[in-house]
Amino acid sequence: MANQQPNSGNPRVDIEYRRKKSAEEMKHQVITFALMIFLTIVAFVAAGYEGFSGWFIVPFILILAIVQVIFQLYYFMHMSHKGHEAPALFLYSGALVGFITIIAFLTVIWW
Amino acid sequence: MAAEQKMTYETWPASPEKQTLEAKNKFLGFWFFLGGETVLFASLFATYLALKDKVPSSDMALAKDLFEIPLAFIMTMLLLTSSLTSVYAMYHMKNFNFKKMQLWLGITVLLGLGFLGLEIYEFNHYVHEFHHSFTSSAFGSAFYTLVGFHGGHVAFGLLWITTLMIRNSKRGLSLYNAPKFYVASLYWHFIDVVWVFIFTVVYLMGMVG
Repeated sequence: MANQQPNSGNPRVDIEYRRKKSAEEMKHQVITFALMIFLTIVAFVAAGYEGFSGWFIVPFILILAIVQVIFQLYYFMHMSHKGHEAPALFLYSGALVGFITIIAFLTVIWW
Repeated sequence: MAAEQKMTYETWPASPEKQTLEAKNKFLGFWFFLGGETVLFASLFATYLALKDKVPSSDMALAKDLFEIPLAFIMTMLLLTSSLTSVYAMYHMKNFNFKKMQLWLGITVLLGLGFLGLEIYEFNHYVHEFHHSFTSSAFGSAFYTLVGFHGGHVAFGLLWITTLMIRNSKRGLSLYNAPKFYVASLYWHFIDVVWVFIFTVVYLMGMVG
């Protein structure tokens, strides 16, 4: 993974290597950003377009949102890097509890 | 490596956010907090979805009457771009470039302020044009609690980042403050994560009906 400490024994070489690695990573971040913008625009267009029914649009834009959040977590928040096992456990536990809460409120509660 | 050690470009480590024990604890603790925040926001989303369009009389505004695509779109773009600029800030932090990190954090703060300004305008607009307020209906309460809580997070994030920038403006980067900047940027990204669901679930799904 990017940004791990390399060991060539020569600090100058290591720095150059790291700089190149993080510049490469930054390029990926910009691509990620472009994809996120694209997903956002698709979601807004889908919601604004009259021709689609709600039964199609709602699941479609929810999937787009989940994909975008995965980009945000794994690239912008660096969860794709090493040493993020505990953060993943925390976050997914939270997401699981949250998901159950939402399902409960949508199905068990009515007025 | 000691936190107070004076660092140079050559001695700056690859993961400055996780060098000291304090930094490691901060990193782990902050992600644990984000797990809790996920549950908190999920319960607010659940409440909103359960109470959406529940108004006491039929002449009151519903979600499809309130929300407009252009405003939600501009707010989304501002927050999404501010997420990228804080990635840039952390890129310069890892390269031990304090000035550029401060610059990009500053741009992040400005974009966040723009977002917050639009949100204040939006709430004001709903209250005065549509009489859609916190106390007008269950729908209003759920809406302002969810979106307002997110806006409160944005405001807190802005204060946090600004405080860090001012506090460390003359100190430069060290292994003591690098994790602080890193954690603040994680918080900022998380705010954007929540917003992705807000614009999808509240605004877009609200306009679809």
